[in-house]
Amino acid sequence: MANESLAVSPNDVNFFQYRGKHRGLLGWILSTDHKRIGLLYLSAIMVFFLAAMMLGVLMRLEMLTPGETIMKPQTYNSLFTLHGVIMIFLFIIPGVPAVFGNFILPIHIGAKDVAFPRLNLFSWYLYMTGGILAIVSLFVGGGAADTGWTFYVPYSIRSAQNVSMTTLAAFVLGFSTIVTGINFIVTIHRMRAPGMTWFRMPLFVWALYATSWIQVLATPVIGITLALIILERALGIGVFDPALGGDPILYQHMFWIYSHPAVYIMILPAMGVVSEILPTFCRKDIFGYKQIAISSLAIAIIGYLVWGHHMFVSGMSDTGRVVFSLLTFLVAIPTGVKVFNWVATLYKASIKFSAPLYSVLAFIFIFSIGGLTGLVLGTLATDIHVTDTYFVVAHFHYVMFGGMGTIFFATLHYWFPKIFGKMYSEKVAIIGTTFFLIGFNVLYFPMFIMGYMGMPRRYYDYLPQFQGWQILSTVGSWILVSGILIILGNMLYALLKGPKAAMNPWGGTTLEWRVPSPPPVENFDEIPVVTGGPYVHDRPTYIMNPSKELIHHDGDGLKTTEEVRH
Amino acid sequence: MSEHITTETHAAHEVSYGTYVMVWLGLVALTAVTVTIAGIHLGSVTLVAALTIATIKTILVVTYFMHVKFDNRVIKVFIFVCLLIFITIMVLTFSDLSFR
Amino acid sequence: MVMEHAHPHVHRDDEGSKMGIWLFLFTEVLLFGGLFVLYAGYRFAYSDGFVAAAAEMNTFIGAVNTIILLTSSLSVALSIAALQKGQKRLCMNLLWFTIISGLAFLVNKYFEWSHEIGNGIYPKGPALENMSSGEVIYFGLYYTMTGLHGLHVIIGMIFIGFVLNFIKRDIITSTNFQKLENAGLYWHLVDLIWIFLFPLFYLVH
Repeated sequence: MANESLAVSPNDVNFFQYRGKHRGLLGWILSTDHKRIGLLYLSAIMVFFLAAMMLGVLMRLEMLTPGETIMKPQTYNSLFTLHGVIMIFLFIIPGVPAVFGNFILPIHIGAKDVAFPRLNLFSWYLYMTGGILAIVSLFVGGGAADTGWTFYVPYSIRSAQNVSMTTLAAFVLGFSTIVTGINFIVTIHRMRAPGMTWFRMPLFVWALYATSWIQVLATPVIGITLALIILERALGIGVFDPALGGDPILYQHMFWIYSHPAVYIMILPAMGVVSEILPTFCRKDIFGYKQIAISSLAIAIIGYLVWGHHMFVSGMSDTGRVVFSLLTFLVAIPTGVKVFNWVATLYKASIKFSAPLYSVLAFIFIFSIGGLTGLVLGTLATDIHVTDTYFVVAHFHYVMFGGMGTIFFATLHYWFPKIFGKMYSEKVAIIGTTFFLIGFNVLYFPMFIMGYMGMPRRYYDYLPQFQGWQILSTVGSWILVSGILIILGNMLYALLKGPKAAMNPWGGTTLEWRVPSPPPVENFDEIPVVTGGPYVHDRPTYIMNPSKELIHHDGDGLKTTEEVRH
Repeated sequence: MSEHITTETHAAHEVSYGTYVMVWLGLVALTAVTVTIAGIHLGSVTLVAALTIATIKTILVVTYFMHVKFDNRVIKVFIFVCLLIFITIMVLTFSDLSFR
Repeated sequence: MVMEHAHPHVHRDDEGSKMGIWLFLFTEVLLFGGLFVLYAGYRFAYSDGFVAAAAEMNTFIGAVNTIILLTSSLSVALSIAALQKGQKRLCMNLLWFTIISGLAFLVNKYFEWSHEIGNGIYPKGPALENMSSGEVIYFGLYYTMTGLHGLHVIIGMIFIGFVLNFIKRDIITSTNFQKLENAGLYWHLVDLIWIFLFPLFYLVH
């Protein structure tokens, strides 16, 4: 037996077992290990997701009948406001970057951690503060804001509810996002392993890079906008209050200048994971690597130019509307580039079916519906008809939930064995995902129809002709929730009783599949050396223990002992 | 045991005291100019002049005081991107405001 | 079995640290940028009101404060040069000068605001009841923007205070001074914001 008082290498155990300066719970909530922080985020995010999901279930129950069903109208308004705030700021935006970005990014680039580990932990504390503030706002004062998550003036200035606390929560959450973004940008610039050029990075890293730039440059705008709401309510500065000369449309501009790029914060990381899952289960290189990488940047940039399409009926000038409609069409182009490259990857591939791939295939279909209906909304003439109806609600749930949400669960399935070192039941995962996909479409597709028929969004009451569709939609919500519970239950079971997972159960080619499941604290014994792209299946492109394998340094090429011998 | 220390220091570029003082004198002079122009009541020209002078002052501060002249290209590209986004936001917002 | 582990690796990356602070500065630029967009929009819509309101401003204090901040930027830049040359005492004195300049700026602001508030010029104040929308919004923006800026002056002073402490304890040295540079960069940004606030609020004629 080893002498118990001897110091040992941190990599002798995996990151769950490692005991550093702190023990037990403290060892987690004071940890600066990016992997533990990723899991801190995961725990919190799941709680908030389930809470917001329940709010959604309650909303759908209320909509089973016209008029009052289970709650008063005021309550309904607060419910959809909080459902939006929690889902957007506490689930969709941080979901992939804060959990999987934190966990996987350093490993993907061959680093031992992110650039600023303590800042990373701080971002989680900011997240928790914002989240708790949002929940608390439900119970104190007049109750949570009832303005919708968009907090439009003048109502957000006039409402007797707890608007200030809810907006403060969103403000704090913005800070968390910014800190994560700064961390990732510097990490990607400065901490790539030797030989990992920009075009040898996994596409997930490219996606996180583009996302981080949006996080850094767009989030402050909503920060100041929300701060101004609070100041307006507290001090009456007049900037947004029409009674004092303020312009409510200017508020909308400021709000959407962030909130449109925000949707790209939501979807780009998810698209990055799609670009990881496909080469793995197609067992071939991704088609159009460079195009997908550049398209992530293009989406990030063009995403800044389109925000006015949320405001077509607000009173904006005609010139403004035409400009924004035109720019909105542009953003579909890089998105199309991605979809075509993904499909081309599938073509003539040796496909291995699995839960993650199942979700990805469904995603391509669902996201396309979401995206195409976005064009309907982006076209001025059609938008007039469907704006502020259930059509919009369906559109954004298709892209955000059907898009990011589907991939969130796909990502969980994909990296579950790596993170937890356990394997879940494939069969149950497929069943759960099937319920999810069926439930999702039964819940949201009728909303396109209702919206087209004229059912307004955020309305508590409705005309009798909508009831059939409303009931169908609510039933869909039950099927969807069953699917989610099956998926999560399956994973929980695997955590407790599942078989151990191998280092590389899927045959992936990126660096996380070359370290143990779960990974050791410092990820690698030695920083690997990179000799090729991330999705090469027929030969290794990483040298995992360079000091043992490399003996000859020759100008710009590091040769292995094998290469030197020949 | 893996006690792993990496150290990446930047090549310290020293700027002389004199250069900084010269920049400061320029900034103070420009301030005097902009205050003077404002006193002449030139209407909207005042605004254009004031913003132009403020921009020149900014360039001086960024280039010398903030050391960007001697920094890596990456920092310069970053700054450019940030400014581009800000200007885009301003311009696109005015695509609405100036036509109402 | 209790396992004690070696410390995780120590990692110094000055360039990365500098990148990090610049990215943070960008968030400040966009934060104030939002306010500048609002200013631009409202000035465009209410140009007469803005001109009328600006007549209340004290251009002299504004100009003095501008010079104070410019000089404090000089002192913080000089402090870095001093440290590089190994002149620790001079470096610290220059940093103290910077902090005191910040304090002077805030004291001026205090007197300026007291005077204006004393005259009933503040959001929902008596003087604003009879003013046009443009004037009301001008003052709303004035207090918000200069107030937020003042908050950042305080943050900058605290930042420099920490750095002074680190220099005293030789955590920051003539060969390891990125933290000082970072504080300096933050301070310069605070100066830059004022460089634009000054003409936009004090030189509107």
